[in-house]
Amino acid sequence: MWNKRWQLCFSTDSKIIGIQYGITSMSFLLLGFMLMLLMRWQLAFPGHPLPLLGKLFSDSLMPGGIMIPDFYNMLGAMHGTIMIFLGVVPMGVGAFGNYLVPLMVGSPVAAFPRLNRFGFWLYFLGGLVWLFSFLLPGGAASAGWTSYPPLSILASPGQTWWLVGLLCIAISSQIGAINLLTTALQSALPGMSFSRWPITVWAQSVAAFLLLLAFPPLEIAALLQLMDRLSGSSFFLPSGLIISGTPLTVAGGGNPLLWQHLFWFLAHPEVYVLILPAIGIVAEILVSGTRKPLYGYPTIVRSLLFLGALSFLVWAHHMFLTDMGVKLSGFFQATTMIVSIPSVIVLTSFLLTLWGASIRFTVPMLFALAFLPMFGLGGLTGIPLGLAASDIPLHDTYYVIGHFHYIVAPGTLFALMGGLYYWYPRITGRMMNEAWGKIHFWLSFTSINFVFFPMLLLGLAGVSRRLYDQTIYAHGRAVQPLNLVISMAAWTLAVAQLPFLFNLLTSWKWGKPAPSKNPWGSPTLDWAEMLPPRIVRGAYEEENLNEVTTPRN
Amino acid sequence: MATLLPPDISTQGPAIDHLLLVLHLFMGTIFLGWGGYFLYCLFRFRAKSQGPVERSVKPFSLPKYLELVIFGFELFLLVFLAGPLWAKIRQDFPSEKTAIVIHLIAEQYAWNVQYPGPDGLFGPISPAKITPLNPLGLDRDALGAGDDLVSVNEMHIPVHRPVVVYLSSKDVIHSFFLPVMRVKQDIIPGIGARVWFEATQTGSYEIACAQLCGNGHFRMRGRFIVDTEADFSAWLKSKEPKRNVE
Repeated sequence: MWNKRWQLCFSTDSKIIGIQYGITSMSFLLLGFMLMLLMRWQLAFPGHPLPLLGKLFSDSLMPGGIMIPDFYNMLGAMHGTIMIFLGVVPMGVGAFGNYLVPLMVGSPVAAFPRLNRFGFWLYFLGGLVWLFSFLLPGGAASAGWTSYPPLSILASPGQTWWLVGLLCIAISSQIGAINLLTTALQSALPGMSFSRWPITVWAQSVAAFLLLLAFPPLEIAALLQLMDRLSGSSFFLPSGLIISGTPLTVAGGGNPLLWQHLFWFLAHPEVYVLILPAIGIVAEILVSGTRKPLYGYPTIVRSLLFLGALSFLVWAHHMFLTDMGVKLSGFFQATTMIVSIPSVIVLTSFLLTLWGASIRFTVPMLFALAFLPMFGLGGLTGIPLGLAASDIPLHDTYYVIGHFHYIVAPGTLFALMGGLYYWYPRITGRMMNEAWGKIHFWLSFTSINFVFFPMLLLGLAGVSRRLYDQTIYAHGRAVQPLNLVISMAAWTLAVAQLPFLFNLLTSWKWGKPAPSKNPWGSPTLDWAEMLPPRIVRGAYEEENLNEVTTPRN
Repeated sequence: MATLLPPDISTQGPAIDHLLLVLHLFMGTIFLGWGGYFLYCLFRFRAKSQGPVERSVKPFSLPKYLELVIFGFELFLLVFLAGPLWAKIRQDFPSEKTAIVIHLIAEQYAWNVQYPGPDGLFGPISPAKITPLNPLGLDRDALGAGDDLVSVNEMHIPVHRPVVVYLSSKDVIHSFFLPVMRVKQDIIPGIGARVWFEATQTGSYEIACAQLCGNGHFRMRGRFIVDTEADFSAWLKSKEPKRNVE
């Protein structure tokens, strides 16, 4: 028994590795979410002691239950990086990519099973390093998720270990990407041509490509920052810094702006790495939920490829206010406007798929449908940020936070949730409870909008992000009541996840057995009843759908 | 929208606010248009049976043109509204002969404001000279430094006069944010930056730091006071260095 479990733990099967990624990333998502729930207390009631829970934290973090600014900054930096690097990307790419891509191209195994296993454990190690960095003197990293030097280089030892963890996670992501791309290209069934790839395989492959090309600059940047911190180099430190009245004794001559370029060269494509798996999942759920082929499959594929390529040319729109000249900002504003086109096309195609459909409002479908307006809102709020002139008042305010959370939380995460409900019977042979699922969806959907919409208003009112207490400023005091609304909604959102967790865990053993091997009537090979599967038609072809959408039970 | 934004008292502000309004109307129209279509589809095309799907509705091609319209409008915004506005703010600096020129040196967690004094020359600053009474390390014996005025966390400017501010940072990245002026500029240590603005009404406002700069970031607040010409001169006079104190 023990031996069998041990083998399962260190399996090289891509489905098992996918599940491992899923469980680990969901745990980190929960942790990152809890860090934010803690911050929300300070933001709603600045300077008030946190009742009950406040006593659990040491006096160096929350003396008398009142959070100190250093702890607040630590929670902020770690919320951001845990959610992105340990939560959403490993769940979208690691869990769904590993589980679905080999199956969808009809391959029983991944191309590099042992390398893939190593990738997972490296990710796990990176996560552990970040977890333990909370216990270091001075705590975990606190220089924001962007880790801008010189602040990050002057920060406590937590930052060193943050960089070490980041390197582990970055290398793990690249290993995963190599495995995924090779599997899709080399291990596919004969006949699985590009034009037959499901959208998920396309989206995951583009995401893997982005990871492969975008991570190396960040890895180099992280190494350089490590050297600045440990070996006295000055890649990112200019000469003549004076810290609290004393000159800093370093070589100097470096440039803090270099880090920002290297960082955003990864971090902008990374946004698309977050969203691409979600687009794939939504496409699959929409096909079986509308019982209709996707509208404009070839156009969607071309848009995804274009999106991936162009995502490398927009990074400096995060840096308009670093005294950027008119020509350079003109270039980045233009590419930013152009990159919106493929996203609009994908979203339009999804919306047009609904026309003339026969929509079944199952739980996965609810999440996939909610993705559409939420991703739309996230995309639209990117326009004022992508134009330099309107970015001036909005840059580094809550408007930015609202914008990208609309993309990642009610956008990407909702799609991933939908994916969980959708593929649960494929993984366990059992359905998740429909009623609990609907409660989970409606509570989450309502509360999450009360979390992020008010943030857009806060941003327009000029409230900066990363403020421990916005009531210091007149413009912050004017809109402070909104913070109470956001916090209440965030705590409601937390409560709304309880039925989900309960459902997820109990259905594994006691869920209703799936009525058939393909309960949603999906046309892709991951649901194929015969193994090895046989390819008869192209992706989402009409006849194919009609065949599988006929009820089987 | 105007009630949500902070008060606007600068000459460049109204154009930025107008751009924001145009953008949000555009975004709202798209969102409501698609939202209406979306809800209509959810209602009209809900599954009425579990049987095979009958298809009688023809797809329509309007959205293809809609996509082009959206992109065309984005291009229009960039070329005719946002682009020129950005160029005006970033490039058309007022002449420093007529403008008030100020040096602003940010540090964790204070704004040091340096005025050139009657001679119009900024004295050099050096780290070696920093004392609690001389936070900038201003070398009072150097050329032009004798009459320099230094103010901490309080910046005065006269109304209706263009102001050019040279920004620099002693330690980490800060961001100089004047909400009422629609001015925000990152200050990268070792590089610095320059901004200009002109106030249209007097009053007492705030300087905020908009880039995380450490545990005191949230309280890195300065006072930003727009005076009448007479009040401004009087304030400068009151800040003139008194030699015998040093």
